[in-house]
Amino acid sequence: MLNAAPPATGRFDMSDPIVKIRGLKKNFGALQVLKGIDMDIEPGHIVALIGASGSGKSTLLRTVNQLEDVTDGEIWFDGDLVNKKLPHRAREKHLNLLRQNIGMVFQHFNLFPHLTAMENVTLAPIMLGRMNKAKAIEHAQQLLDKVGLDDRAEYYPSQLSGGQKQRVAIARSLAMKPKLMLFDEVTSALDPELVGEVNRVMKQLAKEHMTMVIVTHDLRFAEDVSDHVVFMADGYVVEAGPPEQLFRNPQKPKTKSFLHQVFDE
Amino acid sequence: MDIELIGRVWIYFAEAALVTVQISVLAILLGLCLGFVAALGSLSVNAALRWPSRAYVSVFRGTPALIQLFLLYFGGPQVGIHLDPMEAGIIGLGINIGAYMCESIRGAIISVDKGQTEAGRCMGLGHFQVMNKIILPQAARMMVRPLGVNSIALIKGSAIVSTISVLELSYTAHRYISSTYKPFEMFFLASIFYIVIVTIFSYGVGKIDRRVSLEN
Repeated sequence: MLNAAPPATGRFDMSDPIVKIRGLKKNFGALQVLKGIDMDIEPGHIVALIGASGSGKSTLLRTVNQLEDVTDGEIWFDGDLVNKKLPHRAREKHLNLLRQNIGMVFQHFNLFPHLTAMENVTLAPIMLGRMNKAKAIEHAQQLLDKVGLDDRAEYYPSQLSGGQKQRVAIARSLAMKPKLMLFDEVTSALDPELVGEVNRVMKQLAKEHMTMVIVTHDLRFAEDVSDHVVFMADGYVVEAGPPEQLFRNPQKPKTKSFLHQVFDE
Repeated sequence: MDIELIGRVWIYFAEAALVTVQISVLAILLGLCLGFVAALGSLSVNAALRWPSRAYVSVFRGTPALIQLFLLYFGGPQVGIHLDPMEAGIIGLGINIGAYMCESIRGAIISVDKGQTEAGRCMGLGHFQVMNKIILPQAARMMVRPLGVNSIALIKGSAIVSTISVLELSYTAHRYISSTYKPFEMFFLASIFYIVIVTIFSYGVGKIDRRVSLEN
């Protein structure tokens, strides 16, 4: 639902959100990249974060699993305060547990080049004692099958195309059976002909009601797959709402101008 | 050149070369251990580990190896450290090369893309798990060559332990010069042995490098 009253937020009018963000601010030195974000994300929803480069959408995504710490504000995940103040060791433990439930897929894949696709997928579940090795391999095989790469299990990342790498990366993130998946411009580094295969996997996850936050420049994909779209500019949420509303009937001049620029290209 | 003299003394140089190899190998192993610990320390978020590591590197790279060796061997007894020449040579060279090796290891670790750490951490792996399973296996490939260069520098630099009377190649050359008055032949012979040692060592480093590269 769109919040018309300024400052606009990405808050959706639902109950029991899996992610709650309140008054989130993030500074890099003197530069403030997030200037007070409020947002709720419901289980099973797909939220697309859109906006120009530098608008803060990737930083916002990275604060959710604390790859970036926050300057001010609160992030709640599954009823737990993500950015609670703790001594170093306790904080590490807290974040490790939290991150096991949040999958993340990166623009540049970040697959482990010295491990096969299978080893990439099984590494965390085995090391963290989630499953024994046999079970982890069986689960990984199912995941690789799901992303259409069951015949590439023993390949190293260098032997895979960009689209295949990204699909392995998605399988790897799913291996811990996360409750939330974060996608950070996952098709931006791909050749155009490889984008479709990654988008198809994400659509499949959407159908299975995986909660997803997707940072993307691909507005058509955002419109197609998401339940809610959040448009960000200059560290604020400018406008948020269902895709048909935000794309077809934007209310704010900044949103109109951004969409106009992108769709006219 | 007095070939006949070389023919008579080369066997003693060969024995001395084994001492050079022994000192070098033990010093390299000590240096690797110290370098590895110091590299991890220097990358720690904990200042109590970071600063001693950085101080170690600054001090031992910032002062001549010869002075460090003299400090240990001649100065040691004043503070209760009594070492024979061989022990002082190994420890002195090892501590010195460890500071250089620390920088080679640290450089290899930080050259692994930051995204690798992020990918590991965001799956819930801890710092040491990420280091052990993700970063170090990739960094290993990049540290073989610089560590090889450090080690070769140490083999040649081991000549300084002749100043504390360790019976290695350089000391042996000096000893035979004083009895034969043939410095050219003696230093020439010592050089041949150094070249043989360094060549064999370089071959080994190359083999390890190729093997690690293939594995990656």
